[in-house]
Amino acid sequence: MTATFVGMPAFPEAARAALADTQLRQNLTHATGTIRAKRASVVGEVAEWEELRLAGAAIKDNTLHRLDEHLLTLEAALVERGAVVHWARDADEACRIVAEVAKSHSIDEVVKVKSMATQEIGLNEVLAEHGIAAWETDLAELIVQLGDDLPSHILVPAIHRNRAEIREIFRDRMGEVGRPAPDDLSDEPAELAGAARLHLRQKFLNAKMAVSGANFAVAETGTLVVVESEGNGRMCLTLPEVLVSVVGIEKLVPTWADLDVFLQLLPRSSTGERMNPYTSTWAGVTPGDGPQEVHVVLLDNGRTRALADEVGRQALRCIRCSACLNVCPVYERTGGHAYGSVYPGPIGAILNPLLKGTGVDEQTDSLPYASTLCGACFEACPVRIDIPEVLVHLRSKVVDAHRDQRPKSEALAMRAAGWAFGDARRLDLAEKVSGVAGRVAGRLSRRSLPGGRSAVSRLPWPGSRWSDARDLPAPPPESFRAWWRRTRGGNEEER
Amino acid sequence: MSAREEILGAVRRALGDADRAEQPVPRGYRDATAPEGVVDLFADRVEHYRATVTRCSADEVEQAVRAALGGAGKVVVPEGLPFHVEGATVDAGLTAKELDAMDAVVTTATAGVAITGTIVLDHGPGQGRRMLSLVPDMHVCVVREDQVVAGVPDAVARLDPVRPQTWISGPSATSDIELNRVEGVHGPRTLNVVVVAPSG
Ligand code: SF4
Repeated sequence: MTATFVGMPAFPEAARAALADTQLRQNLTHATGTIRAKRASVVGEVAEWEELRLAGAAIKDNTLHRLDEHLLTLEAALVERGAVVHWARDADEACRIVAEVAKSHSIDEVVKVKSMATQEIGLNEVLAEHGIAAWETDLAELIVQLGDDLPSHILVPAIHRNRAEIREIFRDRMGEVGRPAPDDLSDEPAELAGAARLHLRQKFLNAKMAVSGANFAVAETGTLVVVESEGNGRMCLTLPEVLVSVVGIEKLVPTWADLDVFLQLLPRSSTGERMNPYTSTWAGVTPGDGPQEVHVVLLDNGRTRALADEVGRQALRCIRCSACLNVCPVYERTGGHAYGSVYPGPIGAILNPLLKGTGVDEQTDSLPYASTLCGACFEACPVRIDIPEVLVHLRSKVVDAHRDQRPKSEALAMRAAGWAFGDARRLDLAEKVSGVAGRVAGRLSRRSLPGGRSAVSRLPWPGSRWSDARDLPAPPPESFRAWWRRTRGGNEEER
Repeated sequence: MSAREEILGAVRRALGDADRAEQPVPRGYRDATAPEGVVDLFADRVEHYRATVTRCSADEVEQAVRAALGGAGKVVVPEGLPFHVEGATVDAGLTAKELDAMDAVVTTATAGVAITGTIVLDHGPGQGRRMLSLVPDMHVCVVREDQVVAGVPDAVARLDPVRPQTWISGPSATSDIELNRVEGVHGPRTLNVVVVAPSG
């Protein structure tokens, strides 16, 4: 029922398709621009922001360096407070655990709080195979699910849809799965939200089981934390009798007091608010309040692989705020789908290869190249993940993994460059070819780069392997070396 | 081998001979000077989220709550509320569907955070079960001035992590449609906060 990312084309191809979609680019430019401005203003209010970033990075690093101990502490605290703790090596195992909990209560419908971990493991699809319907309750996730679509942003998964499209999706699809949208539904955001409220209220009131993730898990006390806006999280965490939370093993923080850093960093970095509307915390079962059967699934699914990578390990600090997406020039132009994963943008470009390994599939291997290494993501990251450093590191791992195979496109293009630059005569020749190409391209090209320079859309092979997803400045009609020879460094220019 | 043993083993192997020494965590942010007039700031910041704020003295609470309830007919309150709400039903295990038929709920809180405009409930006496302050469409929340702290670190330090908590910053909202903030999705669409000054 829900679309999946399996079999996505590699980033360059997917990006070219996305670049051709002007509606998508308009939605994205508007959305990322708005959120960047909001974030900048609330971050600017906090005098200790840089210190908080350092603290956030240090707490997460300390946790990761003793992750085995903290996991055991968390397990003990959860069990003491009445929760059932499960461990899942991979996606299949985690999905099976959730399905079995549902089946043990003969439950065929669950409500879900937006959670990256459950998307990562493809939970909805597996539950569907078991005859269990999983209803997404976050507004954007609902839009994605009803539209039979894929999420494109960590925080605002339907960022690629505008209000008119959302109205159509609601009118066409809500009735098939529950309370239909009102006949006179307009495309006013407040009315659209109202339709979602009525549609989902019915589901919340009848739900016996909910599935959530967690933004943080406090090892010392067994407290889980869900940060949200709409109240669908509160509904899921409070109304059903059974609650299953799927928690990546990197979500731990050692103590409750450590949250005083993250509850400042996360809302300001993600939605650009001083605080998100709702944050829920709970530790196991609270007698007489909320679900009386509480499960926690601790998920590996590649996290220990990422942990083993000395350079890449820092990616596990990520608190999924999505600030790096919103500042990324590549993301702003291609959108999230081109990354072919639930984790798009700069963090996705490093996290996917770290979780899955390099040299396994072409799509994942293409991701470390989906960046200009401009560094904006590091500046924005509340836990100071040096994404460019990890990208460069992963590129070398991808190249290593392919050393004995047919050379990769990037390697091929670079090798050709190396061959040309390696010899003055060949460079001369290459420059002449490119100068001609530049004059031709300059005449034919309708595209231009910011600043009004003309752009070449595609280079001839083997450069095409590199330029397929990039705008290149058109080569100048005369190369620097030719200009130097002709003018002696400008002394004889304009004679 | 069990999944548990395998995962723990993989973690230990991954860390290998990594330097496990504790890095110092800078905590200077905890000593940041509190802004002037935290209660005023709190009221401002709560209103910024389009919640309403009423200030009153301890002996005016009942009137202020009545006014904050506006025209709400069916009102539910938790046990242990330290003041009286005329005509309200006291929650004694109402179902979610029964709560859905209520117009409004009145609770107290355990803390207010000035800088972020947040109220925190830990669902003790006077605050009720979590679903109580969630399902009705209007939430009137009474906060004492002495419960208001400056920032998030002050709040975290005084809260009990074992109790369930709900941090509330304005009414339910979404920015999922073209990033326009829209108040009112699943939680209470109206949040009215009554801030009570100490008597005398
Ligand atoms: S990498 Fe940093 S900026 Fe990007 S989502 Fe994760 S925490 Fe946020």
